[in-house]
Amino acid sequence: MHDLSPITALGGSAARVETVGAVTLTERPDVALASVAARRGQAEACATALTRLLGAAAPAPGKSSAGDPFSAVWMGPGQWMLSADFTTHEDIAAMLKDALADMASITEQTDAWTCFDLTGQGAFAVLELLCNVNLTTFHAGNATRSTIHHLGCFVICTEPDTSVRIIGPRASAGSLHHAITTAMAAAL
Amino acid sequence: MIINHPLLGPRDSAEFVYLGTADLMNRPDPDTATPEDWHDYAYLRDNPAGTHRELWFHDGGDRSILIVTRDTITHEISAVELALKTRAEA
Repeated sequence: MHDLSPITALGGSAARVETVGAVTLTERPDVALASVAARRGQAEACATALTRLLGAAAPAPGKSSAGDPFSAVWMGPGQWMLSADFTTHEDIAAMLKDALADMASITEQTDAWTCFDLTGQGAFAVLELLCNVNLTTFHAGNATRSTIHHLGCFVICTEPDTSVRIIGPRASAGSLHHAITTAMAAAL
Repeated sequence: MIINHPLLGPRDSAEFVYLGTADLMNRPDPDTATPEDWHDYAYLRDNPAGTHRELWFHDGGDRSILIVTRDTITHEISAVELALKTRAEA
């Protein structure tokens, strides 16, 4: 057996936390991700199965659904990104495959994306500098893909102005973190 | 320029990648197409001064391909459809 110690997307042994003013940026290595893409003609059946799994309707375009254990974000027609706690759902893709069988193609995404939570009064002021999401209509439960620092990221609103989740490409975690902390310093 | 996405509402055109004329969806049938058909499909384009149906890929968004009807003189967009839906209905 190799003696390897796990590191976060930013290379640390613990999650990085940065605070500027009242806003805190927290790296979230404890999020397991998997994408669900309905197979041809199966989008509705897949949405129904997801509804059972989520305990709430499968998110419509531009929406997300937060739940326990699974949360979901609409990615595209017939496509969703599901997340759960990493400690209990490390094998999220296999769990979803059991639930959705041949309705959808499931792809493990935990190591493809990295997750940041931006919390505290003024989070929207930071977001305003980072991406072109229309924040006046960005309510809790809204989620969209947008471009931050030339990186395609999912931006999820959990609470207007005070709580936002950003899911971005893991290979560019350092650049994304740099962009967000720079915007925090500029905005706050 | 703002493109009114049928699912996501108005989005900045900077999120999109232009993919050319919507005629590209009508690919010749490989079983029956002649070399001339392929030549026309690959190289010949109309260059209308006016209404043009074209494909825009939502690269920085939901990654769907849209058929946008745009006036090439004024840039006015008169219709936006999901290519997936239009193809399914064809």
